[in-house]
Amino acid sequence: MTSAAREYDSSQDISIEKKMDTSRALDVGFVRLTLALAGFAGIILIWVILQTTEAALPAMQQFGLGFLVTTRWNPVEDIYGVLPQIYGTLMTSLVALVFAIPLGIGTAIFLTEDFVPKWITAPISFAIELIVAIPSVVLGLWGIFVLIPAVRPIFRAINQTLNWFPLFGGPAPRGNSLLLVGLVLGIMVSPIIISITRSTFESLPRNLRDGALALGATRWETILTVMIPAGLSGIISSIMLAMGRALGETMVAAMLSGNANRINVSLMQPGSTITGLIASQFGEAGRTQVAALMYAGVVLMVLSLLVNVLAELIIRKFQNLQQAN
Amino acid sequence: MSSSAQLPSQEIDISTSAISPLRNYSGRILTILSGVFVAAIVLPLAWVLWDVIGEGLKQLSWQTFIETRYPAPGLTEGGFGHAIVGSLIVLSTGAVLSFPFGILAAVYLSEFGRGTRLAYLVKFSCNVLTGVPAILCGLFAYAVVVRGSGFSAFSGGLALGVLMLPIVIRSTEEALLLVSPDMRLASIGLGSTRFQTTMRIVLPAAAPAIVTGLILALARSAGEAAPLLFTSFNNNFWSTNLFGPVATLPVMIYVFSKIPFEAQRQLAWAGALVLLVIVLSASVISRYVVHKTKK
Repeated sequence: MTSAAREYDSSQDISIEKKMDTSRALDVGFVRLTLALAGFAGIILIWVILQTTEAALPAMQQFGLGFLVTTRWNPVEDIYGVLPQIYGTLMTSLVALVFAIPLGIGTAIFLTEDFVPKWITAPISFAIELIVAIPSVVLGLWGIFVLIPAVRPIFRAINQTLNWFPLFGGPAPRGNSLLLVGLVLGIMVSPIIISITRSTFESLPRNLRDGALALGATRWETILTVMIPAGLSGIISSIMLAMGRALGETMVAAMLSGNANRINVSLMQPGSTITGLIASQFGEAGRTQVAALMYAGVVLMVLSLLVNVLAELIIRKFQNLQQAN
Repeated sequence: MSSSAQLPSQEIDISTSAISPLRNYSGRILTILSGVFVAAIVLPLAWVLWDVIGEGLKQLSWQTFIETRYPAPGLTEGGFGHAIVGSLIVLSTGAVLSFPFGILAAVYLSEFGRGTRLAYLVKFSCNVLTGVPAILCGLFAYAVVVRGSGFSAFSGGLALGVLMLPIVIRSTEEALLLVSPDMRLASIGLGSTRFQTTMRIVLPAAAPAIVTGLILALARSAGEAAPLLFTSFNNNFWSTNLFGPVATLPVMIYVFSKIPFEAQRQLAWAGALVLLVIVLSASVISRYVVHKTKK
């Protein structure tokens, strides 16, 4: 379009031709600039991955894959392994999902299936958006001074009555534990499940629901046998995204897990996560220790990339299906 | 049930007497259960807000804002004025690094590169980058900057910039896509170049929505402590040096929550309230703006 205009002008007046040239150069330069920046944005992820891996390289060479199965973290002897942290990261994310999946899907149903009028659901969805906004370090502070004292008697009671059950066993719990981290993470990640599940339900064709109801299904039979199966891919990807968030959440884990460098089968005992380990040790780490912490960061990155890429692919596939319909 | 007076639900109402009690009651139980789930999510929020506001208000005074050094261990004299300034320095560094970059990259995605393979790649990597744990942005900034030149406000800004970038790109792109194609065609029809069309027509039209996205990006990273722990680090004293360690509110809360002195704990609560007010008001304002522009 612009080149046609230029030809027209150039036949008329040389001064305009000159002006058109500078503005055309500006135009082309601008487009190229945005192209370059977009390209750079596309490789930033790769840059982050490469740079972190490069910083972890000394530790990777020194400890190899044994790093993943070693249970000691000893800066004095320079022996490092993150098995307890991998265990803690997976366990806290698992506990978080055990809470967040029913809470999230239940709330999403509650908000979409008009059980209650809109003047009740609107403030609820607003409150759920606020949960996402609360800084995790504030939640951690609140957890230390309010939540831990509050759950301690409950944990102790459960621990005493169910001591034979491995997950709740061990000595009298003090409160800070993998279970507590998982609980708080569960509340933190359920808004992700709620918002994606909700928009999935809202995007489902209306006649699916109407058809089930017309066939005589009750409201809940419709939800359980038609809506949830139809929206399953959306729900699954929301769960994956929530898991990715739980894997990488740092401050809550660093402040409430107890940062104990060992594997406890009991969820009520202190543990540690990869993020908590990095946060609590990095500030005053020596050279080998920094490399080891970077290595731990790479392990975390692999875990979270796996989960996030999978979630992203599921969402894309789902979107393509929707567009095809 | 009766509140939604649509056809299907009325049919259910008519037929409830015919439904077996088992199906009827299990449905009712599930309804109550989902209500309980909602409460299980919303009540902790109320609990947190109650404590942070209560404890924070008790500790907050002008002194805490004006004093520009943390109290020495065991003493009570001090405040977090310098941590607020430090947070602002780190945040604005992140903004300077990510805003122009992100906005122009989004311009490419929405104006020039729609449907190209590069656009797909950028969006994919942005979405994945959004899911990358914030602490890894800190490790990245550590590897790039801190290894060479030590803890600095700049490295903290870089970490937050990486954190903000995908949010900026995504929200700006969405804002640009909302601008009507007619405006672009009209502008080009009048003889504007693509540069002029973008700068004079498209970006101004999308400005409110873009600014909302920028505020959200700022708000999200304002509360992040993890990427700052080993980049901007911490500082007990006043510092505006971009290339030296500075105090920030989130790091202060983390550090003081582990210290057994009452004065520090009080500062941590007061800081938590300040942070919460900033972050929540930013998200409320942006929500309000989005609401208004959608109408």
